Amino acid sequence: MTDASLAGTPEPRATSSILTVDDRTRKRNAAEARFRAYGIAAIAVGLVFLVVLVSSILFKGAGAFQQSFITLNVDLQEAKLDKSGTRDIEAIKKVTTFGYNPLIDDALARAIADAGAENPFTKGKDLRKMISSGAAADIRDHVIAHPEQIGETVAFKLLASSRVDGYLKGRVTRDSLARDKNLTPAHLDLVDALQTAGLVTKSFNLDFITGADASESRPEQAGIGVSMLGSFYMMLVVLACALPIGVAASIYLEEFAPQNRFTDLIEVNIANLAAVPSIVFGILGLAVFIQFAHLPQSAPLVGGLVLTLMTLPTIIISTRASLKSVPPSIREAALGIGASNMQMVFHHVLPLAMPGILTGTIIGLAQALGETAPLLLIGMVGYIASNYPDGLIEGFMAPNSAMPAQIYEWAKRADPAYYERAWGGIIILLLFLMSMNIIAIILRRRFERRW
Amino acid sequence: MQDIKITAKNVQVHYGDTHAIKDVSVDIQDNTVTAFIGPSGCGKSTFLRCLNRMNDTIDICRVDGDIRLDGEDIYDKRVDPVQLRAKVGMVFQKPNPFPKSIYDNIAYGPRIHGLARNKADLDEIVEKSLRRGAIWDEVKDRLHAPGTGLSGGQQQRLCIARAIATEPEVLLMDEPCSALDPIATAQVEELIDELRQNFSVVIVTHSMQQAARVSQKTAFFHLGNLVEYGETDRIFTNPTDPRTESYITGRIG
Repeated sequence: MTDASLAGTPEPRATSSILTVDDRTRKRNAAEARFRAYGIAAIAVGLVFLVVLVSSILFKGAGAFQQSFITLNVDLQEAKLDKSGTRDIEAIKKVTTFGYNPLIDDALARAIADAGAENPFTKGKDLRKMISSGAAADIRDHVIAHPEQIGETVAFKLLASSRVDGYLKGRVTRDSLARDKNLTPAHLDLVDALQTAGLVTKSFNLDFITGADASESRPEQAGIGVSMLGSFYMMLVVLACALPIGVAASIYLEEFAPQNRFTDLIEVNIANLAAVPSIVFGILGLAVFIQFAHLPQSAPLVGGLVLTLMTLPTIIISTRASLKSVPPSIREAALGIGASNMQMVFHHVLPLAMPGILTGTIIGLAQALGETAPLLLIGMVGYIASNYPDGLIEGFMAPNSAMPAQIYEWAKRADPAYYERAWGGIIILLLFLMSMNIIAIILRRRFERRW
Repeated sequence: MQDIKITAKNVQVHYGDTHAIKDVSVDIQDNTVTAFIGPSGCGKSTFLRCLNRMNDTIDICRVDGDIRLDGEDIYDKRVDPVQLRAKVGMVFQKPNPFPKSIYDNIAYGPRIHGLARNKADLDEIVEKSLRRGAIWDEVKDRLHAPGTGLSGGQQQRLCIARAIATEPEVLLMDEPCSALDPIATAQVEELIDELRQNFSVVIVTHSMQQAARVSQKTAFFHLGNLVEYGETDRIFTNPTDPRTESYITGRIG
């Protein structure tokens, strides 16, 4: 009993109409409206950044998927390519790419003359700057594959040099060539003439997606295919190591381990490991896998192991979270009819936790796929793999790069043509990450409780 | 006089520093429904969970005293709780069917305990259990439909059928009707009465009417103590302890 109630009847409540909004309500509504506005503003800013990011990536990277070619009728002179005339393949192979250069020079000079333009260059070497320096090797490969065509005139679609390609894409102008030793404005006049004659064309560049990286002077030949394969092998290693170890560790910690100081310590450490900068894992991998265990440098196997270390905490944390989210009633039900702990976990808890585990794993994999820093330290950056690895073992053991490392490498190079390729590589990397996320979503839907 | 199925002597349960069960001794008879009643937090569920060692799953829980099933100490070091729980089945407060088909829900227990030699055997066990669970007629045409798609009352009867599929000797029920409506409750109560033929049933309930309806013996718990234990009729008509009287007349609890 309080004094107030003893004092008699309480004061009557001030009557008010619900049709008029009182001050307190107005304030509350205003606060809510402000909060909504903040939210909308935040989302709008986020969307603007996203649009800017995506459009600039697409705008800058799209060029990498198109490449300029110059079509030339190359006269495969027998006198130059097969002096003996016996079509002996060993003799043909002895002719180096230098031996093919004069053929290109001739073909180019003829094409220019046919197009009705004046050739201001006296030296074939200068004229040939329009064509990729890799073109001779392409012709040589073709001749070795088809020695019977020696003596004939064959039409080749040769890669234009990166400056010509840049001119056709608008990156290179006559002004910008003023201080460029690689090409002169006179070349561009010839390109214009050849283009009018229909010999210079732009077409889809499959080699960018499937090809290997090229040297610094031949950006027009560089492709991301081999490093894509390097990434693929690394992901195989990560999947094979991180998934079983991570899931087993989390099941043990979550379902079987006793709760004591030691397991608490492990838990704290796992949470902290997830926040450790990836470069730390890189230097750990360098010390342990390469310097101590003497695994080969720059190998996808080592890269995969390092990324496994990095991915494990992510997988363990998400797996434990999804194990925790399985309702206790299911555990009790299983134990109540006499299932053992292990039967409870593997028959009932794990299937229900599966979507969460798979999502966590794929997100961990996607994180690993985009990781560059640890690869710096184990030598997967800057290595130029010029060929596809030969078979499975070499795929894991032979030096290779990875997609993000390849992109970093290209972005680092001086030639602006590589800049374009770096953006193109980012488009491919993003496509991979997007498809992995879509797979994660599909798997989650697929394995979600179907009732 | 019927056989004694479970004997508990001087049972003490501690959750960390909390003394949840204080020196409880009780004899549970075979082929009898024994009801545990008492206000919330009095320890009746805790005591029930001691009887099939479900408290083992709680790290901070400590059980002392002597509980014997057919004269064998269930807390003996040699006892595997998994084997014990196959003999002492349990039905929980909330219906908790596995997110599997009705058939698999029932078949799971027999499968892990190796009770069926072949598919036909298993089919028979499933049918028998569902019939004893008084749910066969409702689900016989959709045995492969998910168990979670049934109504609450059906789910609970499915859980009871699941518990008896492993042929337990004792069935522990922790407030099996608290999530059910009166009609479903009546069905489950009828079922409990039938189960008495084959099992010793121990039921925890908040409803005194339910205890009066289904049980032959009643134990009244209060603040961790077993206050009174005896024939249900006598407890409800002529309680000896004033606390029991207060509770059943609605003055405490």
